[in-house]
Amino acid sequence: MSDRIFGVFGILLAIGFAMSALTIEESFLSDAVGPKAFPLIIAAILGISSAVIAIKPDPEPHWPNFARLAEIAAAVVVMVLYAQFLPVAGFVLATAAAATYLSWRLGSTIIGSVLTGVGTSVGIYVIFHLVLGLSLARGPLGF
Amino acid sequence: MDMLNSLADGFMIALTWQNLLLALLGCFLGTIMGALPGLGPSNGVAILIPLAFTLGLGATPSLILLTSVYYGAMYGGRISSILLNIPGDEPAMMTCLDGYPMAKKGLAGEALSISGIASFVGSFFATWGLILLAPQLVKIALLFGPAEYFALFALAFMTLGGVSSTNQAKSAFAAALGLGLAMIGVDTQTGVPRFTFGEVHLYDGLDFLVAIVGLFALSEVLIFLEERHGNASAEGRKLEVGRLTPPLSMVKECTPTMLRTSFLGFLAGVLPGAGASLGSFIAYSFEKRLVDKDGTFGKGDPRGVAAPEAGNNAAAGGALVPMLALGVPGSGTTAVLLAVLLSLNITPGPLLFSQNPDVVWGLIAALFIANFMLLAMNIPMVGLFTRLLMVPPRILMPVVAMVSFVGIYGISGSSFDLLVMIGFGVMGWVLRKLDVPLVPIILGTLLGNAMESNLRRAITIDNGDWFTLIDSPLAIGLWAVAIIGFILPIIFGRVVKSKMRRREDEEGAITD
Repeated sequence: MSDRIFGVFGILLAIGFAMSALTIEESFLSDAVGPKAFPLIIAAILGISSAVIAIKPDPEPHWPNFARLAEIAAAVVVMVLYAQFLPVAGFVLATAAAATYLSWRLGSTIIGSVLTGVGTSVGIYVIFHLVLGLSLARGPLGF
Repeated sequence: MDMLNSLADGFMIALTWQNLLLALLGCFLGTIMGALPGLGPSNGVAILIPLAFTLGLGATPSLILLTSVYYGAMYGGRISSILLNIPGDEPAMMTCLDGYPMAKKGLAGEALSISGIASFVGSFFATWGLILLAPQLVKIALLFGPAEYFALFALAFMTLGGVSSTNQAKSAFAAALGLGLAMIGVDTQTGVPRFTFGEVHLYDGLDFLVAIVGLFALSEVLIFLEERHGNASAEGRKLEVGRLTPPLSMVKECTPTMLRTSFLGFLAGVLPGAGASLGSFIAYSFEKRLVDKDGTFGKGDPRGVAAPEAGNNAAAGGALVPMLALGVPGSGTTAVLLAVLLSLNITPGPLLFSQNPDVVWGLIAALFIANFMLLAMNIPMVGLFTRLLMVPPRILMPVVAMVSFVGIYGISGSSFDLLVMIGFGVMGWVLRKLDVPLVPIILGTLLGNAMESNLRRAITIDNGDWFTLIDSPLAIGLWAVAIIGFILPIIFGRVVKSKMRRREDEEGAITD
């Protein structure tokens, strides 16, 4: 079933890609092929392979249960928040928070995950910023 | 003689303090990444690329660092195969078969040292193979016009799926997806924006480094979160190594095996789409058929440890040949290395050898040096790495995620790229679940633009005649190989694959 859904999604993606390719504006100074042809070929391959996947599905993959899916969704939300708050909160704070969360969800104890988080953040800060001179996001506190 | 002169020049370049230190660092990190289950050569190299850039390293030093990581990972993978029966990375799968039984018999030290020697032999001969074969391939490649290059790219995509996936439709899907992603941005030839949906950030196209780090490194973190697999595989087990010198008789017994499998592995590496996993598989099965008269393979035969290790290290060297000489990588990790070259504005391929001989020969010399360093690290100092197996993923994975973020942020300084990377991470997770190979996606995003411009150039030269694509014998030959390479696995692939997959864990979608 997963493969059938995936195949249908792929076909829709191919159609969307092809439609989007057709709307590309041709420049008046174009070569013999133009900017549309290759994307259309790709869309065709995408569509055909998706159709084959939908018609001949593989055995069902092992999907995680709802709780595990929620776990992944939560981790993704945390990472997105991290990306957004990085320039605001500064590298050290944001990274410590995100790493603590990930370590906690992977089964560390509370104290263990805080230590991992702070250790990761400070470690990266020292190695990458102080030693290697890479510029990291600077927060209100200057780090 | 010409070749030896170039090689000597290469050693002049490689033997600077900076390059030696980078090689040492790369070997060390590579061995760790190979040894730790969950980090393999392709994602290991991927998370280090941004580091190499932000350090402002030039082309040769970056390549030295990253290929040392690549070679190192090939060495390191065997450690957890032998001690824990868990392959540290995919190419080390076959090493479990005889390595773990040897360890159970109390011969862990002997298994580690004989496999270390085998790795050395494999890499050593493969690096010579690279020196001898790459310039010949360059001579052929100089005959290539745009039409032949287009066919060559097609060949790379069509053969890549044969080994990296059980389902050719899925690898075709992955390749098309990657090519489609490469189309995003302003068209280089006419200047019109394509698939940007008015988003200014997309006008430059997607940065393939962002895609690589997201697909390889972040998806791995998500896999671990899903399994909630936070404990070290080594926890609660005693890792006894024992004596680290193999008896001379064992070395003698294994020498012919190592030489044969180095050759086989190298060939497997040079072939497009194969890579190190296939190299070790072929090496092991060939040796089993050839020398296993008493049925000792699989029960702790040292030759069964030497064969796959020589094979995968030789394949790793072999896979560099098409990447450097043609600009078409044959495996996941060499695709990542190609990304490094492209980001440094160096186009691999025949011109690389004439325009940047310093890069090529410096790299080759560094590979020789790195190989000796790795031998030293992996036999006398192997105890250090076995202790690292105790690091649990609940500490390792947050570090991997954060280093990925830092690296990408360090290159662009934009949160938008981080979001794109997370998007690729999620996509990578879903696709791995569905058993869609990730390597063709990477290859597509890397080669998409070059493939298109060769197509357009070929047809424009011939005034819009599409048949120019199959006009020369060389192009027809390439297309024929491509089509055979695509169809053959549909017929025979399942047999080989199911044999290879018997010992497989979650690392399925990342080959290399």
